Amino acid sequence: MSTVPENLRYAETHEWVEDIGGGRYRVGITDHAQELLGDLVFVELPALGSQIRAGNPCGVLESVKAAADLYAPISGTVAEVNEALGENPQWLNEDPHGRGWIMVVNADATAWDGLLDAAAYARIAEA
Amino acid sequence: MSADAGVAVALQHTPLSAWHRAHGARMVPFAGWEMPLHYGSQLAEHEAVRNGTGFFDVSHMRPLDISGPDARALLRYALANDVAKLDGQDGKALYSPVLNAQGGILDDLIVYARGGGRYRVVLNAGTAQADTAHFRNLVAAHGWRVDLRERPELAMLAVQGPRARGLAAEALDLPVLNALASFTAMEGHALGGVFVGRTGYTGEDGVEVILAAEQAPVLAERLRDRGAVPCGLGARDSLRLEAGLNLNGQDMSPAVTPWESNLGWTVDLRGERDFLGRAALEAQRAAGVGRTLVGLVLDEGIPRHGYAVEDANGRPCGEVTSGIFSPSLRRGIALARVSAAPSAGGRLWVSVRGVRHPALVVKPPFWRAGRPNFSPSKEKSS
Repeated sequence: MSTVPENLRYAETHEWVEDIGGGRYRVGITDHAQELLGDLVFVELPALGSQIRAGNPCGVLESVKAAADLYAPISGTVAEVNEALGENPQWLNEDPHGRGWIMVVNADATAWDGLLDAAAYARIAEA
Repeated sequence: MSADAGVAVALQHTPLSAWHRAHGARMVPFAGWEMPLHYGSQLAEHEAVRNGTGFFDVSHMRPLDISGPDARALLRYALANDVAKLDGQDGKALYSPVLNAQGGILDDLIVYARGGGRYRVVLNAGTAQADTAHFRNLVAAHGWRVDLRERPELAMLAVQGPRARGLAAEALDLPVLNALASFTAMEGHALGGVFVGRTGYTGEDGVEVILAAEQAPVLAERLRDRGAVPCGLGARDSLRLEAGLNLNGQDMSPAVTPWESNLGWTVDLRGERDFLGRAALEAQRAAGVGRTLVGLVLDEGIPRHGYAVEDANGRPCGEVTSGIFSPSLRRGIALARVSAAPSAGGRLWVSVRGVRHPALVVKPPFWRAGRPNFSPSKEKSS
């Protein structure tokens, strides 16, 4: 069973979003997503300062077998990226909600509204 | 990431289906079967096969027993390789493509001679039914007397790795496996009767064990008790690609011939043997074969199925048929079908999401006997 923390919100494209205050949102992929992808070996992160749009691809996650698009769960400006994932893509598997965070996005509060709560996402992940 | 759209299809289940779930497998559909993708980590499973012992449920691959007075005639006609090589060598195995009249590849298989004019072939999951119908049609068209017997009551496990054969010998209580020659099979009384071939799809030593379906979980437990690691389709794919082994339906299809698939060595043109596709293969060779299947090694970027391959001038010259991040080499490797390929040591380029990455052309396998199987580029790397 995959973990779905209560304090996060989720996109149907399997990213989590954490409100860290001041219009800043931390983003990563869900435990369910990393389980589906298998061992990750390479990540292509969005550029710092780039504009991302909810539901659009903004990066690439590569496992041994396949490349998968990383979708933006919310619209906004990329304020930070987790550069350490370049050397440690396995953190996405080992700790997707912690060390495996992907980026921080500056967004307005309405971005948060369209996301799923833990219970709703858990239903998708278990379907 | 995006999940694949779910399509409701009735999947077949192997006799180890419950065993896989009990051991934490992530199950996925593959060629009409529900199979384990991995049991937690594809990389760890890959590593187990390269350095210890791993085992795979390959019960989706289907044994077909071929006997009768004209069994040999059927196989000499239906296969590009010549089963006459197996005459008088009971247990010996042979790899061969199955071709259509145009020389296109319908499937690839291993055929084992079982003595007394009897043979066993093992067919790929997605093509087993079509192959069997194809053989039946050939038998009918030639008026041959051949008995084709599908074996749905049998399961198959592949035990692979440098220590696999010794471990399988213990698990099956068949010490004779330690002396089994490569590409040879034997039959034993263990677990109600087993057929064990020293064959595989990983580039490592090992055996493939065909046994009664109800005994498959017993053997799986015995292997695991002795330290063998259960492995899924993910590791199977990365292992076979490092070993330079084609995957039917991906690296080859009815649209390409053995000449275009790095399988020229399997086409036996000696003598006058009439086999399906021979005329087309000879004509293609006389006219010149335009495409070849080569290996590519990238320092940066991971090549994937369908990615474009370009020459030094940026002209498209083919595409990647299989591409992965190689766990053993820690870089991207691929099989690519290209026209006018430079020889091994030369260079091509792979377009990865719009960025051109240089690739070293190598002759597969990429990995052999515990080390890389190619020399660094002759050209200076920039």
